[in-house]
Amino acid sequence: MNLKLKIWRQKDARDQGRMVDYNISDVSPDMSFLEMLDVLNEDLNNKGEDPVAFDHDCREGICGMCSLYINGEAHGPDRGVTTCQLHMRKFKDGDTIYIEPFRAKAFPVIKDLVVDRTSFDRIQQAGGFISVNTSGNTQDANAIPIKKHNADLSFDAATCIGCGACVASCKNASAMLFVSAKVSQFALLPQGRVEATERVLNMVKKMDEEGFGACTNTGACEVECPKGISLENIARMNREYLVASMK
Amino acid sequence: MAKSALLKSSLAKKYWMALTGLFLCLFLVGHLLGNLQLLASGDEAALHFNEYAFFMTTNPGVKILSYVTYFSILFHAIDGIVLTIQNRKARPKGYVKNNAAANTIWASRNMAVLGTLILVFIVTHMVNFWSRMHFDENIPLQTVSIDAGDGIQQEFYITTDGSYVPKKQVEDGTLEIRNRTDFYDARAGVKYKEGYKDLYKITVDFFKNPDYGLIATILYALAMLVLAFHLYHGFGSAFQSMGLNNPSYNGLIKNFGKAFAIVVPLMFALIPLYIHFIL
Repeated sequence: MNLKLKIWRQKDARDQGRMVDYNISDVSPDMSFLEMLDVLNEDLNNKGEDPVAFDHDCREGICGMCSLYINGEAHGPDRGVTTCQLHMRKFKDGDTIYIEPFRAKAFPVIKDLVVDRTSFDRIQQAGGFISVNTSGNTQDANAIPIKKHNADLSFDAATCIGCGACVASCKNASAMLFVSAKVSQFALLPQGRVEATERVLNMVKKMDEEGFGACTNTGACEVECPKGISLENIARMNREYLVASMK
Repeated sequence: MAKSALLKSSLAKKYWMALTGLFLCLFLVGHLLGNLQLLASGDEAALHFNEYAFFMTTNPGVKILSYVTYFSILFHAIDGIVLTIQNRKARPKGYVKNNAAANTIWASRNMAVLGTLILVFIVTHMVNFWSRMHFDENIPLQTVSIDAGDGIQQEFYITTDGSYVPKKQVEDGTLEIRNRTDFYDARAGVKYKEGYKDLYKITVDFFKNPDYGLIATILYALAMLVLAFHLYHGFGSAFQSMGLNNPSYNGLIKNFGKAFAIVVPLMFALIPLYIHFIL
């Protein structure tokens, strides 16, 4: 199929940036979205033009590296998938596709479609861990009994790959879904309870400092999340924070 | 740290948004129940409504509640403005193409606009009625026409102790009205009785006014439509902000919130529509 692409081009962080039109032909419906961009870039390379910069790594939907705001939605129109798992069969011959970087103050554009998501790393460093000495005295995994229900919820929260689709989709560029998933995965387990109070206070403080917006509970994040992280996590973090801030 | 966390963080701002919002939902229920008395007409109904208005403006418990309500409205509005400004700052450069309708409902994306319109309505509404109740020097007092047995209809003021003061006595100067509602013996200068502010008449006259009654009725009904959209998202959202999300109850909260958002504004809107078109 033949497509018309409107892609955000920006030379570097300081460049103003603009949308540039490209035509691409003979796109197979079985290609992934990133493969389609590979074809475009090969074409641009052959013409001696600057290829479009975009993030990608595993291309298996589990690393959280690929991003892209496609036709007004994070990771495109499909549900529960990252951009690398979005297939061109979701589009029709002759379609115009808008491709933009994730937009947030805390996600500054580095080049073209590549954004700096290290603000997520800094939030994690503020408390997204448990302080356990694992060298040589590892406990048996089954030594501490954990309710199946909580273990499942914790695991569900832990499937967050930190791609930032929640921030990109939120009208407030809020990171609540990401942060709440990271808080929840520990809050639900006894190993995480030890540092629960400082964790939620510190991570929320960092989240605010990084310039993410507040949560309006629109639910856009949950819909666009490639991993189906639930809004329940946001409520859990609201509870955790309320209790922690009164201690 | 914990204390500042409860005031300054983005989460805390949402707690206050939720708490004041839910309190204002309770206020809406109370206000609606009182106002529904306007759907009954006649002297008896007018007296009941004016007695209710008297109670609501003089009872100390209600006074405290009313101050909490004013505070909640102001806090909810200011907190909302602060949050909106911060949220706008979080995305300095927007998208060229944004398909927000794919993942959110319209009301949830426009709470600030809806809230601003509601605030404009509240101010207008308070100028229309609340300010007259509190400051109007020539506020009408409730009267009733009674046949004293001689076949002649006479006008009487109804007083707060349940007795009647002939209107004639005020007209001929035996009694005079001071402090807007008090009947004073003109010669002795002693307070005699107290009348009821006729809020019922003010309300009916307002919506039946030949010049602006129709426009006021339409604008009031439209304001309730705006309120409906605000509540449609806001009610359930408040529970989520407070962390009250439990799969067993989410359906109940959501459905109750939606029903609340439709029923309460609709009942409110019925009052001006009834007065203007039917009464």
